[in-house]
Amino acid sequence: MQPLLRAENLLKRYTKRSPTGAREELLALDGVSFTISPGTTLAVVGESGSGKSTLALCIACLESPTAGSIWFEGKDIVKFGERARRQVRPQIQLIFQDPASSLNPRWNVFQILTEPLDLDGNHTSEEMKQRAGSSLERVGLSSEIMARLPIELSGGQRQRLAIARALTIEPKLLILDEALSALDCSVQAQIANLLMELQGSLGMTYLFITHDLAMAAHLADEIAVMNRGRIVEQGLAKNILMQPKHETTRRLLEAVPRITHGAQTALEQ
Amino acid sequence: MASVLEIQDLHVSYRSREGAACPALAGISFSLMPGEILGVLGESGSGKSTLAAALLRLLPGNGNIIRGAVHFEGKDLLQAKPEELRQIRGRRISLIFQEPSLALHPTMRASEQVRQVLAAHGSPGKSALNERTHQVFAEVFREEADRISRSYPHQLSGGQRQRVLIAQAIACGPSIVIADEPTASLDPATQMEIIGVFRKLRERLGLAMIFITHNPALLSGFAGRVLVLYGGRVAELGPAATVLGSPAHPYTRALFASIPAVFEESGSSGTKKLPVIPGDSSQSSFPNVGCPFEPRCTERMDICREREPGLVNLSASHTVSCFKYGS
Repeated sequence: MQPLLRAENLLKRYTKRSPTGAREELLALDGVSFTISPGTTLAVVGESGSGKSTLALCIACLESPTAGSIWFEGKDIVKFGERARRQVRPQIQLIFQDPASSLNPRWNVFQILTEPLDLDGNHTSEEMKQRAGSSLERVGLSSEIMARLPIELSGGQRQRLAIARALTIEPKLLILDEALSALDCSVQAQIANLLMELQGSLGMTYLFITHDLAMAAHLADEIAVMNRGRIVEQGLAKNILMQPKHETTRRLLEAVPRITHGAQTALEQ
Repeated sequence: MASVLEIQDLHVSYRSREGAACPALAGISFSLMPGEILGVLGESGSGKSTLAAALLRLLPGNGNIIRGAVHFEGKDLLQAKPEELRQIRGRRISLIFQEPSLALHPTMRASEQVRQVLAAHGSPGKSALNERTHQVFAEVFREEADRISRSYPHQLSGGQRQRVLIAQAIACGPSIVIADEPTASLDPATQMEIIGVFRKLRERLGLAMIFITHNPALLSGFAGRVLVLYGGRVAELGPAATVLGSPAHPYTRALFASIPAVFEESGSSGTKKLPVIPGDSSQSSFPNVGCPFEPRCTERMDICREREPGLVNLSASHTVSCFKYGS
Protein backbone atom coordinates (compact mmCIF):
# COMPACT_ATOMS: atom_id res chain seq x y z
CA MET A 1 0.00 0.00 0.00
CA GLN A 2 1.25 3.45 -0.82
CA PRO A 3 2.06 5.37 2.35
CA LEU A 4 -0.02 8.48 3.01
CA LEU A 5 3.05 10.34 4.15
CA ARG A 6 6.73 9.72 3.72
CA ALA A 7 9.36 11.99 5.24
CA GLU A 8 12.84 11.69 3.82
CA ASN A 9 15.93 13.03 5.49
CA LEU A 10 14.25 16.09 6.95
CA LEU A 11 16.61 18.77 8.13
CA LYS A 12 15.60 21.96 9.89
CA ARG A 13 18.17 24.48 10.97
CA TYR A 14 17.33 27.58 12.99
CA THR A 15 19.80 30.41 13.24
CA LYS A 16 19.70 32.41 16.39
CA ARG A 17 21.50 35.69 16.71
CA SER A 18 22.75 36.44 20.19
CA PRO A 19 22.78 40.04 21.49
CA THR A 20 26.50 40.26 20.74
CA GLY A 21 25.81 39.52 17.09
CA ALA A 22 27.28 36.03 17.11
CA ARG A 23 25.30 33.48 15.14
CA GLU A 24 24.25 30.34 16.84
CA GLU A 25 22.96 27.43 14.84
CA LEU A 26 20.46 24.96 16.12
CA LEU A 27 19.71 21.77 14.29
CA ALA A 28 16.11 21.02 15.29
CA LEU A 29 15.71 18.17 12.81
CA ASP A 30 18.75 16.19 11.78
CA GLY A 31 17.85 13.70 9.05
CA VAL A 32 14.40 12.45 10.04
CA SER A 33 12.78 9.78 7.86
CA PHE A 34 9.59 7.80 8.39
CA THR A 35 6.41 6.68 6.65
CA ILE A 36 2.78 6.53 7.76
CA SER A 37 0.30 4.21 6.03
CA PRO A 38 -3.31 5.37 5.64
CA GLY A 39 -5.54 4.51 8.59
CA THR A 40 -2.67 3.96 11.01
CA THR A 41 -1.09 5.88 13.86
CA LEU A 42 2.55 6.78 14.21
CA ALA A 43 3.57 8.10 17.62
CA VAL A 44 6.62 10.33 17.86
CA VAL A 45 7.90 10.42 21.43
CA GLY A 46 10.74 12.40 22.89
CA GLU A 47 11.70 14.75 25.68
CA SER A 48 11.16 18.47 25.39
CA GLY A 49 13.60 19.99 22.93
CA SER A 50 13.97 16.79 20.93
CA GLY A 51 12.47 18.40 17.81
CA LYS A 52 9.08 16.71 17.80
CA SER A 53 7.06 19.92 17.55
CA THR A 54 9.30 21.25 14.77
CA LEU A 55 8.56 18.02 12.95
CA ALA A 56 4.80 18.62 13.37
CA LEU A 57 5.09 22.15 11.96
CA CYS A 58 7.11 20.96 8.93
CA ILE A 59 4.63 18.20 8.13
CA ALA A 60 1.70 20.62 8.49
CA CYS A 61 3.33 23.00 5.94
CA LEU A 62 3.67 25.71 8.57
CA GLU A 63 7.48 25.59 8.51
CA SER A 64 9.71 24.76 5.56
CA PRO A 65 12.42 22.22 6.24
CA THR A 66 15.96 23.31 5.38
CA ALA A 67 16.46 20.12 3.36
CA GLY A 68 14.70 16.85 2.68
CA SER A 69 11.34 15.90 1.24
CA ILE A 70 7.86 15.23 2.53
CA TRP A 71 5.89 13.01 0.20
CA PHE A 72 2.17 13.39 0.81
CA GLU A 73 0.04 11.14 -1.40
CA GLY A 74 2.96 10.72 -3.76
CA LYS A 75 3.85 14.42 -4.16
CA ASP A 76 6.76 16.21 -2.55
CA ILE A 77 5.05 19.08 -0.71
CA VAL A 78 8.34 20.69 0.26
CA LYS A 79 8.86 21.71 -3.36
CA PHE A 80 5.36 23.21 -3.60
CA GLY A 81 4.93 26.95 -3.94
CA GLU A 82 2.68 28.87 -1.58
CA ARG A 83 -0.39 28.46 -3.80
CA ALA A 84 -0.02 24.70 -3.98
CA ARG A 85 0.72 24.42 -0.26
CA ARG A 86 -2.60 26.10 0.46
CA GLN A 87 -4.25 23.21 -1.30
CA VAL A 88 -2.38 20.75 0.92
CA ARG A 89 -2.84 22.40 4.30
CA PRO A 90 -6.56 21.61 4.70
CA GLN A 91 -5.77 17.94 4.27
CA ILE A 92 -3.31 17.96 7.16
CA GLN A 93 -4.80 19.36 10.35
CA LEU A 94 -3.11 20.08 13.66
CA ILE A 95 -4.49 19.71 17.19
CA PHE A 96 -2.52 21.46 19.90
CA GLN A 97 -1.90 20.77 23.54
CA ASP A 98 -3.96 23.46 25.12
CA PRO A 99 -7.45 23.74 23.65
CA ALA A 100 -8.06 26.90 25.66
CA SER A 101 -5.42 28.82 23.72
CA SER A 102 -6.11 27.30 20.32
CA LEU A 103 -9.75 28.40 20.29
CA ASN A 104 -10.76 32.04 19.82
CA PRO A 105 -12.21 33.03 23.22
CA ARG A 106 -14.65 35.53 21.69
CA TRP A 107 -16.15 33.20 19.14
CA ASN A 108 -18.95 30.80 19.85
CA VAL A 109 -18.83 27.13 18.98
CA PHE A 110 -20.58 27.65 15.64
CA GLN A 111 -18.14 30.35 14.51
CA ILE A 112 -15.17 28.22 15.57
CA LEU A 113 -16.48 25.19 13.72
CA THR A 114 -17.32 26.94 10.50
CA GLU A 115 -14.18 29.06 10.12
CA PRO A 116 -12.38 26.35 8.11
CA LEU A 117 -15.39 26.15 5.77
CA ASP A 118 -15.48 29.92 5.51
CA LEU A 119 -11.83 29.97 4.43
CA ASP A 120 -12.52 27.15 2.04
CA GLY A 121 -15.28 29.25 0.42
CA ASN A 122 -18.25 28.10 -1.68
CA HIS A 123 -20.38 26.85 1.19
CA THR A 124 -23.95 28.00 1.70
CA SER A 125 -24.97 28.92 5.22
CA GLU A 126 -27.38 26.00 5.20
CA GLU A 127 -24.56 23.59 4.41
CA MET A 128 -22.33 25.14 7.07
CA LYS A 129 -24.98 24.66 9.73
CA GLN A 130 -25.46 21.10 8.72
CA ARG A 131 -21.75 20.29 8.64
CA ALA A 132 -21.10 22.04 11.95
CA GLY A 133 -23.84 19.93 13.50
CA SER A 134 -22.58 16.68 12.12
CA SER A 135 -18.97 17.28 13.14
CA LEU A 136 -20.10 18.06 16.69
CA GLU A 137 -22.05 14.85 16.74
CA ARG A 138 -19.03 12.91 15.49
CA VAL A 139 -16.97 13.95 18.51
CA GLY A 140 -19.77 13.24 20.97
CA LEU A 141 -20.93 16.79 21.65
CA SER A 142 -24.53 17.93 21.56
CA SER A 143 -25.49 20.64 19.06
CA GLU A 144 -27.10 22.49 21.97
CA ILE A 145 -23.70 24.01 22.75
CA MET A 146 -23.54 25.75 19.35
CA ALA A 147 -23.99 29.24 20.86
CA ARG A 148 -21.57 28.79 23.77
CA LEU A 149 -18.14 30.39 24.17
CA PRO A 150 -15.03 28.25 24.80
CA ILE A 151 -14.88 29.46 28.42
CA GLU A 152 -18.28 27.89 29.04
CA LEU A 153 -16.98 24.45 28.06
CA SER A 154 -15.00 21.97 30.13
CA GLY A 155 -11.42 21.03 29.16
CA GLY A 156 -12.56 17.80 27.58
CA GLN A 157 -15.34 19.51 25.65
CA ARG A 158 -12.86 22.10 24.35
CA GLN A 159 -10.48 19.43 23.09
CA ARG A 160 -13.41 17.64 21.45
CA LEU A 161 -14.33 20.94 19.81
CA ALA A 162 -10.77 21.38 18.52
CA ILE A 163 -10.98 17.90 17.00
CA ALA A 164 -14.42 18.64 15.53
CA ARG A 165 -13.06 21.81 13.93
CA ALA A 166 -10.19 19.90 12.38
CA LEU A 167 -12.63 17.34 11.01
CA THR A 168 -15.07 19.79 9.38
CA ILE A 169 -12.94 20.01 6.25
CA GLU A 170 -12.30 16.27 6.16
CA PRO A 171 -8.51 16.10 6.44
CA LYS A 172 -6.58 12.98 5.59
CA LEU A 173 -3.96 13.35 8.30
CA LEU A 174 -4.42 14.63 11.83
CA ILE A 175 -1.31 15.74 13.73
CA LEU A 176 -1.89 15.63 17.48
CA ASP A 177 0.83 17.65 19.17
CA GLU A 178 0.61 16.72 22.87
CA ALA A 179 -3.14 16.85 22.40
CA LEU A 180 -3.86 14.86 25.57
CA SER A 181 -1.15 16.13 27.89
CA ALA A 182 -3.08 19.04 29.37
CA LEU A 183 -6.18 17.01 30.15
CA ASP A 184 -7.21 15.18 33.32
CA CYS A 185 -6.58 11.42 33.37
CA SER A 186 -10.23 10.47 33.01
CA VAL A 187 -10.68 12.98 30.16
CA GLN A 188 -7.51 11.72 28.45
CA ALA A 189 -9.06 8.27 28.35
CA GLN A 190 -12.27 9.66 26.82
CA ILE A 191 -10.41 11.57 24.10
CA ALA A 192 -8.10 8.61 23.41
CA ASN A 193 -11.15 6.41 22.87
CA LEU A 194 -12.72 9.06 20.65
CA LEU A 195 -9.59 9.15 18.49
CA MET A 196 -9.72 5.38 18.11
CA GLU A 197 -13.41 5.48 17.21
CA LEU A 198 -12.79 8.11 14.56
CA GLN A 199 -9.97 6.06 13.15
CA GLY A 200 -12.35 3.13 12.87
CA SER A 201 -15.26 5.03 11.32
CA LEU A 202 -13.46 7.57 9.12
CA GLY A 203 -10.19 5.74 8.50
CA MET A 204 -8.24 8.65 9.94
CA THR A 205 -4.45 8.66 9.94
CA TYR A 206 -2.70 10.11 12.98
CA LEU A 207 0.71 11.50 13.75
CA PHE A 208 0.60 11.45 17.54
CA ILE A 209 3.30 13.54 19.18
CA THR A 210 3.78 13.05 22.88
CA HIS A 211 6.16 12.50 25.75
CA ASP A 212 3.83 9.95 27.33
CA LEU A 213 5.11 6.55 26.23
CA ALA A 214 2.23 4.71 27.87
CA MET A 215 -0.39 6.64 25.89
CA ALA A 216 1.73 6.36 22.73
CA ALA A 217 1.86 2.61 23.12
CA HIS A 218 -1.86 2.48 23.70
CA LEU A 219 -2.83 4.48 20.62
CA ALA A 220 -0.12 3.87 18.06
CA ASP A 221 0.76 1.08 15.70
CA GLU A 222 4.32 2.31 15.42
CA ILE A 223 6.50 4.43 17.65
CA ALA A 224 9.45 6.61 16.65
CA VAL A 225 11.66 7.84 19.48
CA MET A 226 13.38 11.19 18.95
CA ASN A 227 16.41 12.64 20.61
CA ARG A 228 18.23 15.83 19.58
CA GLY A 229 16.54 16.02 16.20
CA ARG A 230 17.12 12.41 15.22
CA ILE A 231 14.95 9.34 15.30
CA VAL A 232 17.00 7.01 17.46
CA GLU A 233 14.65 4.06 17.50
CA GLN A 234 11.59 3.11 15.51
CA GLY A 235 9.36 0.09 15.28
CA LEU A 236 6.13 -1.60 16.32
CA ALA A 237 4.79 -0.11 19.54
CA LYS A 238 4.91 -3.45 21.30
CA ASN A 239 8.54 -4.12 20.43
CA ILE A 240 9.67 -0.68 21.50
CA LEU A 241 8.11 -1.16 24.91
CA MET A 242 9.21 -4.71 25.47
CA GLN A 243 12.72 -4.44 24.06
CA PRO A 244 13.82 -0.82 24.17
CA LYS A 245 17.20 -0.64 22.50
CA HIS A 246 18.21 2.96 22.72
CA GLU A 247 19.12 4.75 25.92
CA THR A 248 16.58 7.55 25.25
CA THR A 249 13.76 5.04 25.03
CA ARG A 250 14.80 3.42 28.26
CA ARG A 251 15.00 6.81 29.93
CA LEU A 252 11.52 7.74 28.67
CA LEU A 253 10.16 4.41 29.87
CA GLU A 254 11.60 4.96 33.29
CA ALA A 255 10.16 8.44 33.39
CA VAL A 256 6.60 7.26 32.82
CA PRO A 257 5.15 7.79 36.25
CA ARG A 258 3.06 4.81 37.16
CA ILE A 259 0.99 3.76 40.08
CA THR A 260 2.87 0.96 41.70
CA HIS A 261 0.64 -1.24 43.72
CA GLY A 262 2.40 -1.05 47.01
CA ALA A 263 5.70 -1.92 45.39
CA GLN A 264 8.78 0.24 45.34
CA THR A 265 9.21 2.78 42.61
CA ALA A 266 12.29 4.03 40.87
CA LEU A 267 12.11 7.08 43.09
CA GLU A 268 12.64 5.16 46.26
CA GLN A 269 15.89 3.63 45.19
CA MET B 1 1.60 13.31 67.33
CA ALA B 2 0.26 16.83 67.06
CA SER B 3 -0.58 18.04 63.58
CA VAL B 4 1.02 21.15 62.09
CA LEU B 5 -2.11 22.14 60.21
CA GLU B 6 -5.66 21.20 60.99
CA ILE B 7 -8.47 21.93 58.54
CA GLN B 8 -11.98 21.60 59.90
CA ASP B 9 -15.21 21.58 57.92
CA LEU B 10 -14.04 24.06 55.30
CA HIS B 11 -16.76 25.45 53.04
CA VAL B 12 -15.91 27.80 50.16
CA SER B 13 -18.18 29.12 47.48
CA TYR B 14 -17.80 31.42 44.49
CA ARG B 15 -20.27 34.07 43.40
CA SER B 16 -21.13 33.84 39.73
CA ARG B 17 -21.67 36.96 37.63
CA GLU B 18 -25.41 36.49 38.05
CA GLY B 19 -24.94 36.48 41.83
CA ALA B 20 -25.64 32.80 42.36
CA ALA B 21 -23.45 30.94 44.84
CA CYS B 22 -21.42 28.05 43.39
CA PRO B 23 -20.07 25.82 46.14
CA ALA B 24 -16.47 24.78 45.50
CA LEU B 25 -15.55 23.12 48.78
CA ALA B 26 -18.24 21.53 50.91
CA GLY B 27 -16.96 20.42 54.27
CA ILE B 28 -13.29 19.48 53.92
CA SER B 29 -11.52 18.25 57.04
CA PHE B 30 -8.03 16.83 57.34
CA SER B 31 -4.84 17.33 59.24
CA LEU B 32 -1.22 17.59 58.15
CA MET B 33 1.44 15.94 60.28
CA PRO B 34 4.95 17.40 60.73
CA GLY B 35 7.25 16.33 57.91
CA GLU B 36 4.43 14.62 56.06
CA ILE B 37 3.76 14.80 52.33
CA LEU B 38 0.04 14.81 51.78
CA GLY B 39 -0.92 14.28 48.16
CA VAL B 40 -4.21 15.92 47.16
CA LEU B 41 -5.56 14.25 44.06
CA GLY B 42 -8.34 15.84 42.09
CA GLU B 43 -9.41 16.58 38.54
CA SER B 44 -10.68 19.88 37.19
CA GLY B 45 -13.65 21.07 39.17
CA SER B 46 -12.75 19.07 42.26
CA GLY B 47 -11.81 22.19 44.22
CA LYS B 48 -8.13 21.41 44.63
CA SER B 49 -6.84 24.85 43.67
CA THR B 50 -9.56 26.48 45.74
CA LEU B 51 -8.29 24.48 48.69
CA ALA B 52 -4.71 25.73 48.20
CA ALA B 53 -5.86 29.34 47.97
CA ALA B 54 -8.38 29.13 50.81
CA LEU B 55 -5.86 27.86 53.35
CA LEU B 56 -3.91 31.12 53.08
CA ARG B 57 -6.98 33.24 52.31
CA LEU B 58 -5.80 34.04 48.81
CA LEU B 59 -9.12 33.39 47.08
CA PRO B 60 -10.11 35.67 44.19
CA GLY B 61 -12.58 38.45 44.92
CA ASN B 62 -15.66 36.39 44.20
CA GLY B 63 -14.59 33.55 46.47
CA ASN B 64 -15.98 33.36 50.01
CA ILE B 65 -15.06 31.16 52.90
CA ILE B 66 -18.49 30.27 54.26
CA ARG B 67 -17.33 28.50 57.37
CA GLY B 68 -14.64 26.25 58.77
CA ALA B 69 -11.33 26.62 60.51
CA VAL B 70 -7.66 26.27 59.59
CA HIS B 71 -5.59 25.83 62.76
CA PHE B 72 -1.91 26.62 62.51
CA GLU B 73 0.42 27.20 65.46
CA GLY B 74 -2.48 27.87 67.80
CA LYS B 75 -4.21 30.34 65.49
CA ASP B 76 -7.21 30.03 63.21
CA LEU B 77 -5.90 31.39 59.90
CA LEU B 78 -9.44 32.11 58.77
CA GLN B 79 -9.90 34.52 61.70
CA ALA B 80 -6.38 35.99 61.66
CA LYS B 81 -5.85 39.71 61.10
CA PRO B 82 -4.30 40.78 57.78
CA GLU B 83 -0.96 41.67 59.38
CA GLU B 84 -0.81 38.32 61.15
CA LEU B 85 -1.51 36.58 57.86
CA ARG B 86 1.27 38.50 56.12
CA GLN B 87 3.68 37.19 58.74
CA ILE B 88 2.61 33.63 57.98
CA ARG B 89 2.34 33.66 54.19
CA GLY B 90 5.67 32.99 52.54
CA ARG B 91 7.42 32.70 55.89
CA ARG B 92 5.71 29.93 57.85
CA ILE B 93 3.55 28.54 55.05
CA SER B 94 4.48 29.09 51.42
CA LEU B 95 2.64 28.42 48.22
CA ILE B 96 4.07 27.23 44.90
CA PHE B 97 2.00 27.73 41.79
CA GLN B 98 1.66 25.70 38.65
CA GLU B 99 3.03 27.99 35.99
CA PRO B 100 6.60 29.05 36.80
CA SER B 101 6.77 31.38 33.83
CA LEU B 102 3.82 33.38 35.18
CA ALA B 103 4.90 33.36 38.79
CA LEU B 104 8.33 34.88 38.11
CA HIS B 105 9.03 38.49 37.20
CA PRO B 106 10.32 38.47 33.63
CA THR B 107 12.87 41.29 33.94
CA MET B 108 14.34 40.48 37.33
CA ARG B 109 17.27 38.16 37.99
CA ALA B 110 16.42 34.94 39.79
CA SER B 111 18.52 35.85 42.82
CA GLU B 112 16.73 39.18 43.22
CA GLN B 113 13.36 37.42 43.22
CA VAL B 114 14.46 35.23 46.11
CA ARG B 115 16.12 38.16 47.89
CA GLN B 116 12.86 40.10 47.80
CA VAL B 117 11.04 37.32 49.59
CA LEU B 118 13.66 37.38 52.32
CA ALA B 119 13.64 41.16 52.54
CA ALA B 120 9.86 41.26 52.80
CA HIS B 121 10.07 39.19 55.96
CA GLY B 122 12.57 41.32 57.85
CA SER B 123 15.84 42.64 56.46
CA PRO B 124 18.89 41.20 58.16
CA GLY B 125 21.32 43.46 56.32
CA LYS B 126 22.73 43.21 52.85
CA SER B 127 25.50 40.69 53.36
CA ALA B 128 23.32 38.35 55.41
CA LEU B 129 20.69 38.62 52.70
CA ASN B 130 23.15 37.69 49.97
CA GLU B 131 24.53 34.90 52.08
CA ARG B 132 21.08 33.38 52.65
CA THR B 133 20.13 33.75 48.97
CA HIS B 134 23.29 31.94 48.02
CA GLN B 135 22.47 29.18 50.49
CA VAL B 136 18.95 28.73 49.19
CA PHE B 137 20.12 28.44 45.59
CA ALA B 138 22.73 25.88 46.59
CA GLU B 139 19.95 23.95 48.30
CA VAL B 140 17.77 23.57 45.19
CA PHE B 141 20.39 23.49 42.43
CA ARG B 142 23.04 20.85 42.47
CA GLU B 143 25.06 22.48 39.74
CA GLU B 144 25.46 25.95 38.35
CA ALA B 145 23.66 27.56 41.28
CA ASP B 146 25.59 30.79 40.78
CA ARG B 147 24.98 31.06 37.06
CA ILE B 148 21.27 30.36 37.51
CA SER B 149 20.90 32.87 40.32
CA ARG B 150 22.27 35.56 38.00
CA SER B 151 19.96 34.57 35.11
CA TYR B 152 16.66 36.03 34.01
CA PRO B 153 13.65 33.70 33.86
CA HIS B 154 13.68 33.53 30.05
CA GLN B 155 17.22 32.16 30.14
CA LEU B 156 16.12 29.22 32.25
CA SER B 157 14.41 25.97 31.36
CA GLY B 158 11.01 25.06 32.76
CA GLY B 159 12.54 22.82 35.38
CA GLN B 160 15.04 25.47 36.45
CA ARG B 161 12.28 28.07 36.75
CA GLN B 162 10.27 25.71 38.90
CA ARG B 163 13.32 25.31 41.12
CA VAL B 164 13.60 29.08 41.47
CA LEU B 165 10.00 29.07 42.72
CA ILE B 166 10.92 26.36 45.18
CA ALA B 167 13.89 28.47 46.29
CA GLN B 168 11.48 31.36 46.96
CA ALA B 169 9.19 29.07 48.87
CA ILE B 170 11.83 27.69 51.21
CA ALA B 171 13.84 30.91 51.58
CA CYS B 172 12.32 31.87 54.92
CA GLY B 173 12.43 28.36 56.32
CA PRO B 174 8.70 27.62 56.40
CA SER B 175 7.27 24.59 58.15
CA ILE B 176 4.64 23.97 55.45
CA VAL B 177 4.82 24.22 51.67
CA ILE B 178 1.63 24.03 49.62
CA ALA B 179 2.34 23.16 45.99
CA ASP B 180 -0.51 23.49 43.49
CA GLU B 181 0.30 21.36 40.42
CA PRO B 182 3.98 22.35 40.55
CA THR B 183 4.99 19.95 37.78
CA ALA B 184 2.01 20.05 35.43
CA SER B 185 3.77 22.05 32.72
CA LEU B 186 6.96 19.97 32.73
CA ASP B 187 7.92 16.87 30.77
CA PRO B 188 8.00 13.57 32.68
CA ALA B 189 11.75 13.40 33.23
CA THR B 190 11.79 16.95 34.63
CA GLN B 191 8.68 16.19 36.70
CA MET B 192 10.53 13.38 38.40
CA GLU B 193 13.51 15.64 38.98
CA ILE B 194 11.34 18.22 40.73
CA ILE B 195 9.70 15.52 42.82
CA GLY B 196 13.22 14.47 43.76
CA VAL B 197 13.98 18.04 44.89
CA PHE B 198 10.88 18.04 47.11
CA ARG B 199 11.86 14.71 48.64
CA LYS B 200 15.32 15.96 49.42
CA LEU B 201 13.99 19.15 50.99
CA ARG B 202 11.57 17.25 53.13
CA GLU B 203 14.36 15.05 54.40
CA ARG B 204 16.81 17.88 54.98
CA LEU B 205 14.48 20.57 56.30
CA GLY B 206 11.64 18.49 57.73
CA LEU B 207 9.05 20.36 55.66
CA ALA B 208 5.44 19.25 55.69
CA MET B 209 3.88 19.47 52.25
CA ILE B 210 0.49 19.57 50.65
CA PHE B 211 1.15 18.43 47.09
CA ILE B 212 -1.81 19.04 44.81
CA THR B 213 -1.97 17.22 41.48
CA HIS B 214 -4.30 15.64 38.96
CA ASN B 215 -1.80 12.89 38.18
CA PRO B 216 -2.07 9.96 40.62
CA ALA B 217 1.12 8.37 39.34
CA LEU B 218 3.20 11.28 40.61
CA LEU B 219 2.17 10.52 44.18
CA SER B 220 3.24 6.92 44.10
CA GLY B 221 6.39 6.49 46.16
CA PHE B 222 6.36 10.17 47.08
CA ALA B 223 3.32 11.04 49.20
CA GLY B 224 2.79 9.54 52.61
CA ARG B 225 -0.96 9.90 52.53
CA VAL B 226 -3.33 10.66 49.67
CA LEU B 227 -6.52 12.67 49.82
CA VAL B 228 -8.86 12.25 46.85
CA LEU B 229 -11.13 15.22 46.19
CA TYR B 230 -14.30 14.99 44.17
CA GLY B 231 -16.87 17.75 43.80
CA GLY B 232 -15.39 19.73 46.69
CA ARG B 233 -15.62 16.84 49.11
CA VAL B 234 -13.19 14.28 50.46
CA ALA B 235 -13.89 11.08 48.54
CA GLU B 236 -11.13 9.07 50.12
CA LEU B 237 -8.20 9.64 52.47
CA GLY B 238 -5.59 7.14 53.52
CA PRO B 239 -1.99 5.96 53.34
CA ALA B 240 -0.63 6.36 49.79
CA ALA B 241 0.10 2.66 49.35
CA THR B 242 -3.48 1.77 50.28
CA VAL B 243 -5.27 4.46 48.29
CA LEU B 244 -3.09 3.98 45.21
CA GLY B 245 -2.77 0.23 45.52
CA SER B 246 -6.27 -0.79 46.56
CA PRO B 247 -8.57 2.21 46.27
CA ALA B 248 -11.99 1.91 47.90
CA HIS B 249 -14.07 4.74 46.44
CA PRO B 250 -15.70 3.95 43.06
CA TYR B 251 -14.37 7.26 41.69
CA THR B 252 -10.77 6.55 42.68
CA ARG B 253 -11.02 3.08 41.18
CA ALA B 254 -12.52 4.29 37.90
CA LEU B 255 -9.92 7.05 37.68
CA PHE B 256 -6.99 4.66 38.02
CA ALA B 257 -8.53 2.22 35.55
CA SER B 258 -8.62 4.91 32.86
CA ILE B 259 -4.83 5.35 32.81
CA PRO B 260 -3.08 3.21 30.19
CA ALA B 261 -0.42 0.91 31.60
CA VAL B 262 3.00 0.80 30.00
CA PHE B 263 3.21 -2.94 30.11
CA GLU B 264 -0.13 -4.34 29.16
CA GLU B 265 -0.63 -8.04 28.70
CA SER B 266 1.31 -9.04 25.64
CA GLY B 267 -0.80 -9.47 22.54
CA SER B 268 -2.95 -6.43 23.21
CA SER B 269 -2.64 -4.23 20.17
CA GLY B 270 -3.67 -0.61 19.90
CA THR B 271 -7.32 -1.49 19.47
CA LYS B 272 -8.33 -1.94 23.07
CA LYS B 273 -10.45 0.80 24.55
CA LEU B 274 -9.69 2.41 27.84
CA PRO B 275 -12.34 2.16 30.53
CA VAL B 276 -13.74 5.67 31.00
CA ILE B 277 -15.78 7.50 33.57
CA PRO B 278 -18.82 8.73 31.65
CA GLY B 279 -19.56 12.47 31.62
CA ASP B 280 -17.28 15.08 33.13
CA SER B 281 -16.60 16.69 36.47
CA SER B 282 -17.91 20.15 35.59
CA GLN B 283 -20.14 21.97 38.03
CA SER B 284 -23.30 21.08 36.11
CA SER B 285 -22.74 17.37 36.64
CA PHE B 286 -23.10 17.61 40.43
CA PRO B 287 -26.59 16.85 41.71
CA ASN B 288 -28.21 19.11 44.28
CA VAL B 289 -28.81 16.28 46.70
CA GLY B 290 -26.99 13.04 47.24
CA CYS B 291 -23.45 11.94 46.46
CA PRO B 292 -21.67 14.26 43.96
CA PHE B 293 -20.29 11.27 42.05
CA GLU B 294 -23.66 9.48 41.82
CA PRO B 295 -24.51 10.52 38.21
CA ARG B 296 -21.23 9.03 36.93
CA CYS B 297 -20.94 6.12 39.30
CA THR B 298 -21.35 2.57 38.01
CA GLU B 299 -22.04 1.21 41.48
CA ARG B 300 -24.77 3.65 42.48
CA MET B 301 -27.63 2.64 44.72
CA ASP B 302 -30.95 4.29 45.57
CA ILE B 303 -29.64 5.84 48.74
CA CYS B 304 -26.90 7.69 46.81
CA ARG B 305 -29.55 9.91 45.26
CA GLU B 306 -31.23 10.71 48.55
CA ARG B 307 -28.44 11.98 50.75
CA GLU B 308 -24.76 12.55 50.89
CA PRO B 309 -22.58 9.75 52.25
CA GLY B 310 -20.57 10.50 55.38
CA LEU B 311 -16.98 9.43 55.90
CA VAL B 312 -16.64 5.78 56.84
CA ASN B 313 -13.52 4.43 58.54
CA LEU B 314 -12.21 1.37 56.74
CA SER B 315 -9.22 1.22 59.05
CA ALA B 316 -7.61 3.53 61.58
CA SER B 317 -6.04 5.57 58.79
CA HIS B 318 -8.22 4.93 55.73
CA THR B 319 -11.55 6.73 55.33
CA VAL B 320 -13.90 6.77 52.40
CA SER B 321 -17.12 8.60 51.64
CA CYS B 322 -19.39 6.02 50.05
CA PHE B 323 -22.56 4.12 51.03
CA LYS B 324 -21.04 0.88 49.76
CA TYR B 325 -19.15 0.65 53.00
CA GLY B 326 -21.65 0.21 55.82
CA SER B 327 -21.48 2.56 58.74
